[in-house]
Amino acid sequence: MIIPIVRTALMALRRDRASLALSFILPIAFFSIFAVIFGGQHDSTPKIKVILVDEDKSSASLDLARGLEREDSLVVLTRPTSKNKAAQQPAEYTAATAEAAVKSGDAPVALIIPRGFGQNPISFGRDLGGPAIQLLNDSSDLIAPQMVAGLLQKAAMTAMPEVMAEQGMKYSEQYIGGFTPEQRKRSDAGLEELRKIQSGGAGSRSNAAGNGIIAVNSRAVVGENKRNPMVSFYAAAIGVMFLLFTASGSAGSLLDEAESGTLDRVLSSRVTMTALLAGKLAFNTLLAFTQLTVMFLWAWAVFKLDFFTHIPGFLVMGLCTAFAVAAFGMVLASLCHTRAQLGALSTLLILTMSAVGGSMFPRFLMPAVMQKAGLFTINAWAIDGFTKVFWRDLPVQDLWQQVSVLLAVGIALFIVARRIARRWEFA
Amino acid sequence: MNAPLTSPAAAKLWPIPLEIDSLVRRFGQVTAVDGISLELRAGECFGLLGPNGAGKSTLIRCIVGRAIPDAGRVSVFGSQAGSVDARAALGWIPQELALYPRLTCKENLAAFGRYHGLSGDKLRESVAWCLDWAALADRAGDLEKNLSGGMKRRLNMAAGIIHRPRIVLMDEPTVGVDPQSRNRIFEMIEALRGEGAAIIYTTHYMEEAERLCDRVAIIDHGRIIALGSNEELIHGAFASRSQVMARFDGPPADVSSWVERHAGRLVDGSAEFTIDHSTQIAGLLDDAAKAGLELLDVTLRRPNLESVFLHLTGRELRD
Repeated sequence: MIIPIVRTALMALRRDRASLALSFILPIAFFSIFAVIFGGQHDSTPKIKVILVDEDKSSASLDLARGLEREDSLVVLTRPTSKNKAAQQPAEYTAATAEAAVKSGDAPVALIIPRGFGQNPISFGRDLGGPAIQLLNDSSDLIAPQMVAGLLQKAAMTAMPEVMAEQGMKYSEQYIGGFTPEQRKRSDAGLEELRKIQSGGAGSRSNAAGNGIIAVNSRAVVGENKRNPMVSFYAAAIGVMFLLFTASGSAGSLLDEAESGTLDRVLSSRVTMTALLAGKLAFNTLLAFTQLTVMFLWAWAVFKLDFFTHIPGFLVMGLCTAFAVAAFGMVLASLCHTRAQLGALSTLLILTMSAVGGSMFPRFLMPAVMQKAGLFTINAWAIDGFTKVFWRDLPVQDLWQQVSVLLAVGIALFIVARRIARRWEFA
Repeated sequence: MNAPLTSPAAAKLWPIPLEIDSLVRRFGQVTAVDGISLELRAGECFGLLGPNGAGKSTLIRCIVGRAIPDAGRVSVFGSQAGSVDARAALGWIPQELALYPRLTCKENLAAFGRYHGLSGDKLRESVAWCLDWAALADRAGDLEKNLSGGMKRRLNMAAGIIHRPRIVLMDEPTVGVDPQSRNRIFEMIEALRGEGAAIIYTTHYMEEAERLCDRVAIIDHGRIIALGSNEELIHGAFASRSQVMARFDGPPADVSSWVERHAGRLVDGSAEFTIDHSTQIAGLLDDAAKAGLELLDVTLRRPNLESVFLHLTGRELRD
């Protein structure tokens, strides 16, 4: 009796393409996405962008800068990237513009090498230590500042041997009481040798890591006053993912109505297909926006998210996100012929978009390729926008990029849905 | 907004409500409607009688503008099918229960009323009228999904006339309902006729067409094979002849060969003969006895629309 039951189930499964897709394609798709993110198939290690401001311009600071530039895991930016290659290069970062750039999310870390750093770059003690390097960071990224701080010490050890030795001499003189002329001569000869090695471009890739030989003052310039830093990120990230599910489910009412004949009856009245779809889009947008609002209010009530100080930004981002997401649902619903198809396709697409777009895993921790791929998802643009509002405290006008993309995506998807829906218009 | 239903006398003054001229609708290789022409007169109930798949529903969908004909023309009070004026003048009661299950009866009617442009007092009045008409006033607040099958059918009908159209297209409105609910639906249709509406009524039940329709078009394979009043159709096919139905006890092969010899046919085990005079019955039965067939029962009847269909196509309506 078991075999006939298995046989019947197999026959049913073979004809249920939606279940087949969910059973086989979805796991493979997800495995591939996470393999790319974590498995190092392509561009394995995510590079950290560091803004470097050298106010000192001493040989020590230049050596340190070169040492940092040689690090594979860092992308050192000394000036903003010019979007127009033909235009004049933008001016180098200053301490102020670097801080602003970190605040606006251009890079998670900025290093400011202050004036006078070169006189006493190594600080084994406070007495001789010069001004400390400023490390400005965005506290939403917990990994980048730690890595940069470590690599900074490494660069000091490997890129400035001569400076280290010289500084060591100074400490020796201070605590031992001065060198004899012969000792001085030998130490100068040794230092000269080190300078030669250093100028010879011996960019050591030594793993010897220093710890605290360069004085660094770290300061979070974004999120330092946030009571619960990651809540806004997760409210947006998880919110958008579930919005996509809700929107596609709600848009599925079109399929129910088509199946029951209600759609035909509605279209035989004064209601046109465009008006019908626009009505559904408006409803689904409002539904998605309400869902987001409830989610953020919950985050405010339970997780102390600063909701009420960000109302304008929330309204703009919430409505634009809800609109794009609702239009996405309309396309899926008009594309599918049955609820089962819609369920399978929406699960496949939404989970993929959510994984790539940063709803499951922050995009800044993904390889560069995946970060770029994320820009093809609604999730990424929505999360970026909400992060600007709740994390970076940026004004509404700074959301123009996210707003433009989400609105354009919403309009384009609605047009696509309208075209596909022609199949329902006349039988 | 189209005019509300008025008296049958006023309805007669309107121009021809519906004209269909050489309508053709194909689905791939299949021609569902094959050159149909007809005219619906003011205030009449016009039946489209035919088996499943004959093309009745497709014809209705062409009239209502939900299917685009490959050839031919549909005119609703002079307006092209699918136009705003045509939509306002037509009320469509589809075969499916095209309703919102999670809305109440009243909410369903109000929703479809709004889709037709009704609002305010007009909408409220129309909803109340339709609830009364469908005998659902006491169930106005019940969800559609909680209604019985017959009530759902009545609500489905009410939703089709919420905007008080001058032409009502009913596509097999009694499918799947019990005899009691069917009678209730017949009363609703008669009440609607009393209001002056012209009705096109599709069915494959001959009794319904005979009871409700002034004229009937018999449709088969997308074509009208006969059109006229019941009497005209029956007279056209049988003149004054009658039908004799007789059941015999005997070997089926013997019964079959005997029926064939007398130019009759076997329908559900009964032998059926068309006769000019009732005096012929005695001769038939005498011959059956001679052939060794024992008569179980015999019935004489006037031919009906089903007989006409059988006569014209060689098939039964419900084949």
